[in-house]
Amino acid sequence: MAELVTSPEPMDTEINGGFRQFNTERIQPIKRYAYRNPSLIWGFGLMIFLLLFVGIGHLVWDTEQFHPLSTPTRLAPTLSHDMVKGGELTGEVRAFPFGTDTAGRDLLAVAILGTPLTLRIGIIAGFVSIALGTIAAFMAAYYRGWVDGAIRSVVDVGLAMPGLLILILIRINIGRELSTDEMGFALGLVGWVFPARTIRAQVLVMREQAYVELSRLSGTSGMGIIFKEMLPNLIPYITASLVGSVAGAILASIGLEAIGLGNFSAPTLGMTIFFNIQFSSITLGMWWWWLPPLVAIVIVFLGLFLISSGLDEWSNPRLRKRV
Amino acid sequence: MTENTQAVEKQSAITLASIARIFLGIFGHFIVKRFLFFIFVVWLASTVIFIIPRLSGQDPVKEKLLLEAQRGGAMQTGLDAMAKTYQKKFGLDQPMSTQYFNFMKDLARLDLGVSIAFYPRTVNDIVFESLAWTLGLMGTVTILAFILGTLAGAVLGWPRRPGWVQYVFMPLLTLAAIPQYLLAMILIFVFAFQLGWLPLFGGYSVATVPVFTFEFIVDVLQHAILPAFAILFSVVGFWAIGMRGMMINTQGEDYMIQADAKGLKGSRIFMRYALRNALLPQVTGLALVLGTIVTGQVLVERVFSYPGIGDILFQAIRLSDFFVIRGIVIVIIFGIAGATFLLDILYPLLDPRIKVRSS
Repeated sequence: MAELVTSPEPMDTEINGGFRQFNTERIQPIKRYAYRNPSLIWGFGLMIFLLLFVGIGHLVWDTEQFHPLSTPTRLAPTLSHDMVKGGELTGEVRAFPFGTDTAGRDLLAVAILGTPLTLRIGIIAGFVSIALGTIAAFMAAYYRGWVDGAIRSVVDVGLAMPGLLILILIRINIGRELSTDEMGFALGLVGWVFPARTIRAQVLVMREQAYVELSRLSGTSGMGIIFKEMLPNLIPYITASLVGSVAGAILASIGLEAIGLGNFSAPTLGMTIFFNIQFSSITLGMWWWWLPPLVAIVIVFLGLFLISSGLDEWSNPRLRKRV
Repeated sequence: MTENTQAVEKQSAITLASIARIFLGIFGHFIVKRFLFFIFVVWLASTVIFIIPRLSGQDPVKEKLLLEAQRGGAMQTGLDAMAKTYQKKFGLDQPMSTQYFNFMKDLARLDLGVSIAFYPRTVNDIVFESLAWTLGLMGTVTILAFILGTLAGAVLGWPRRPGWVQYVFMPLLTLAAIPQYLLAMILIFVFAFQLGWLPLFGGYSVATVPVFTFEFIVDVLQHAILPAFAILFSVVGFWAIGMRGMMINTQGEDYMIQADAKGLKGSRIFMRYALRNALLPQVTGLALVLGTIVTGQVLVERVFSYPGIGDILFQAIRLSDFFVIRGIVIVIIFGIAGATFLLDILYPLLDPRIKVRSS
């Protein structure tokens, strides 16, 4: 560092030195950490693989064919299908690498569009529930007294009521299909209780820590303590709960869709599962119909699960003494 | 004589005071506190269930009835009677407080209303018929998963375990990350469709009559194996992961070092010192994930067309049968609250510290 500042060097060595320095200061610790925390790397790897599939798919594939009736129905995966119109060959040969379903959707297009849609629902819901949960947790842990009591009882009751059921009731009463974004928000609104509970516990422990005490003694205001001392130290923990919330919301959204309360015009993974159950694709032997959404969902959950346990290891030093 | 009356008076005063003390003591008591919380949960949940339809400003029941009237379907005949029952039950012309009171009164009598799609069958009738299937399947699976998962996690979190354990159990744990209904689909495909070992769907064969004969019971068990394993695998992973973490946490504790220093056998330290202490948070965990297990099971039942509550819920959603949906939601929430209450009562038996705290 000092060398860089004091002695003016030619341009190329400066870049070289800069990179070497960047390498030793930034990359090496990350590499070393990655070696110690393989689940984080595997988790990110799985998610990146999925995003690559989606990204490349959007670039090279005609995703408009996710609409029903846009392809021949019930085609097993094929790379050369002779298109037929009115009983005669049109001479056109098209590829359906993932096959098509009973309603005539191109299942590759469905997979390319559906995966990010489902992730989007989960991310919206995750951010909403973590934001609400963090606010509730800090209010409860900071003000204590009746505020804490009220929030705690709401959280306890909320934990006893499965959010999915409340969502089913709400959805039935709204009487129309929710868009995927609306579903994300709705899931976030019912999903904040669990993060609120765990983050509150963390804040309560943190309140008693010496550095918070010191900050209080030196006259920092309540908001100052929350934003300058507690929140930055909680970021790893909050990130880990965010990943958990996203996974939970995706699970709930697929559940809601599988039971028939999804958005029928959105080709999400959950809706694909719903159509699979509805048209009993398994008994029809149409493995190509249920396999892609299933693999995508498994990758999503496995990826999020690995990321979350990797983040746990990062945020919770007690877990670092692994066996 | 006077001495006697005085003594009696004194005695009665003592009894009054002691009764008051016992009375206060009861309300301070752990179990009563938990019971009051149970009542609170049930009340708040019922209120939420009461408010939701009135917030949306829409009336799913009326819409459904109108739709049926327009269609002029098979339900036409019962429509008038249905409309009347519905009006009486929902009582939309009455003030909100009366509606609320009526709703609570019905709930207190466990009257969940009348089905719209299967009029004149009551919701109680429909729900409780399917509840036996759900409870039978879930009860067995939950207990099995708890035992298996806890043991697996305990062994995984034990530093002196044999090396092969890691390679057998770790892949099993990743199953926890897979939703139960997906596992259900894979199991159907492999064991029912490809291999044909087990039935594809349903709770019993279509041809059989549900009477308690040996064949029927075998048939029911055969149909239950795949749904049970679908739930079992994912829940086992959940327990094992929690238990493993708890076991690792016990490693550094003083009582473990002490047990080691006393020269106790490894198996005794494992069972009595590590496992017993690590078990406590698992029981609390059971209360926390009960809701997830139930909703997961609802979806597994849907995949298998298992005649439990999940399948009924799906049918009700398809036919937009509002009262059946509401009834199922109420039954599940009350069931979870009740189970949580039971776990709370059982908890002190495992953890003596709870007793100390309450006295």
